[in-house]
Amino acid sequence: MIREAPDVSRSSTSTGENLAGGKVRSITWSGVLRTVLLYGVLTACALFMIVPFLWMISTSLKPQAFVLVSPPQFVPNPATLDSYRQLAELFPVGRLFINSLFVALVTTAGQLIVSSMAAYAFARMEFRGRNALFVVYLATLMIPFQVTITPLFIVMRLLNWIDTYQGLILPGVFTTFGTFLMRQFFLTLPKELEEAAYLDGASPFTIFSRIILPLSKPALATLAVFSFMGSWNAFLWPLFTSHNIDVMTLPVGLATLHGRYLTQWNLVMAGAVITIVPMAIFFLLVQKYFVQGIATSGLKG
Amino acid sequence: MAGQKGWKRSMWIAFFLLPSFVGLLIFTFIPIFSSLGLTLYQWDLLTPPQFVGLDNFTKLFGDPTFWESLTHTLFFIAGYIPLVMVLALGVALLLNRKLPGIAIFRTAFFIPVVSAWVAVALIWQWLLNPQYGLFNYMLSFIGIKGPAWLFDPQWAMPAIILTSVWKDIGFVMVMYLAGLQGIPQEYGDAASIDGASSWQRFRYITLPLLSPTTFFALTISLINSFQVFDQVWIMTGGGPAGATTVLVEQIVKNAFSYSNMGYAAAISWVLFIIVFSVTLFQTRFQKRWVTYD
Repeated sequence: MIREAPDVSRSSTSTGENLAGGKVRSITWSGVLRTVLLYGVLTACALFMIVPFLWMISTSLKPQAFVLVSPPQFVPNPATLDSYRQLAELFPVGRLFINSLFVALVTTAGQLIVSSMAAYAFARMEFRGRNALFVVYLATLMIPFQVTITPLFIVMRLLNWIDTYQGLILPGVFTTFGTFLMRQFFLTLPKELEEAAYLDGASPFTIFSRIILPLSKPALATLAVFSFMGSWNAFLWPLFTSHNIDVMTLPVGLATLHGRYLTQWNLVMAGAVITIVPMAIFFLLVQKYFVQGIATSGLKG
Repeated sequence: MAGQKGWKRSMWIAFFLLPSFVGLLIFTFIPIFSSLGLTLYQWDLLTPPQFVGLDNFTKLFGDPTFWESLTHTLFFIAGYIPLVMVLALGVALLLNRKLPGIAIFRTAFFIPVVSAWVAVALIWQWLLNPQYGLFNYMLSFIGIKGPAWLFDPQWAMPAIILTSVWKDIGFVMVMYLAGLQGIPQEYGDAASIDGASSWQRFRYITLPLLSPTTFFALTISLINSFQVFDQVWIMTGGGPAGATTVLVEQIVKNAFSYSNMGYAAAISWVLFIIVFSVTLFQTRFQKRWVTYD
């Protein structure tokens, strides 16, 4: 279903056939055999990718007594939603879900606004020290987050922001990467449109919000998708800053759940389903932006 | 905006730039510099910080746990990088053709990439359960008695490598698919007419033309793999018996559990210097094997 992104057009078809060895499109026995073999190998690979998820779902549907059995039962019999019910009683998963969603949405919105505004200044405005400042932005891309995490944690303690939404959200809003991505896109837009608007007396903000942003939907969507995924899946920073259930996000909650109900794998897997399934559905809806983002910039959320 | 008055222009520049700049100053630029300063102090956050000079680094280089965590990180990379690169290229070659249903296969490889590491690590921990897990049960069908995986110091890191490769194949595959789309078909056609076998075409045409993609994917995967953490934290917590302790896990433990802020910062700078040197070396060395058109 990754259809749009790498353009599967004429050239790929024949590259594919070349790699498979056949050049002429006539039905031969060896051609049929090749296709069957190809589907066989692909199915085996795809099963290897999918079975762990099926095992997760299957375990989450088992009654407690059927989880720790040997040999393992692949299809749950009897199947029940008890694990989900029990999980909701023991652990405020609903709250964690809302927290994750809130943190991810606000981080994404904030990052889009802050990054695109700064990117506009870098791409279209002239000021002293602009290039030097941009080099500073780029240089921080090379420094792993782990370097800043200890002082950042100390700053959060000084501000009393541990276990608060702002502590979880704000460090993710200000990224040099987002600024870089948007600047590169703005540079590809023709300047003529803006110049015409400027002569008509439009302010820079009007030009930015009415002309530049509407033209930048693909770049904004790519940044939004990765920002949302990165925030939803984030573990290291939330592990430092959210110990309280009131602000805890799903990944940290899942780790806590695992620590508390160590052998109750049906509960833990139900938690994993709740963490993974919304992201998987989101991915299926917007996958072309995922693929573009990775292929062009090595983004990883 | 050439005609605008100076102060008005400056106001607009400040309007667009300041939110980002101030935020980065507080949450990135200042932390980077204070992290560097922090390496010279001993601080448990409760008592005032004590200046210790380069003691944190001297201690670090004499600390067997640090060397273990570095060795294990390198062991992880040595297993993970070749596997994920080769398998992702193989899958990309298989999937780079127009056949009915091919999109479904691509999606199958991509779902692990978008899943949270914590959830994936838990699924695999349960799959690899020696007694009740599915993995060893499947192995028993082909007559292999699986090891205790995460409970066995010898097999714990290979298990983490296996899990990481499984999760990231789709990530590297997407880069290779994009690279393969960029290869003009005429090259392969011409070679076929000259009588090149499919292996020869792959080895002497496809692979060299893909080398920029390989370089790009390798650089990014290497940087990411030095920072391996989530899966280790969940699956083994560095155990059994310290067999899977890695660099970032040591940073987290020192900052978080032992309240050794200066020491944690020192490890993080060593990590940065290693990643930086490897990336620099790779960029210098790329002329030897990467061919750009």
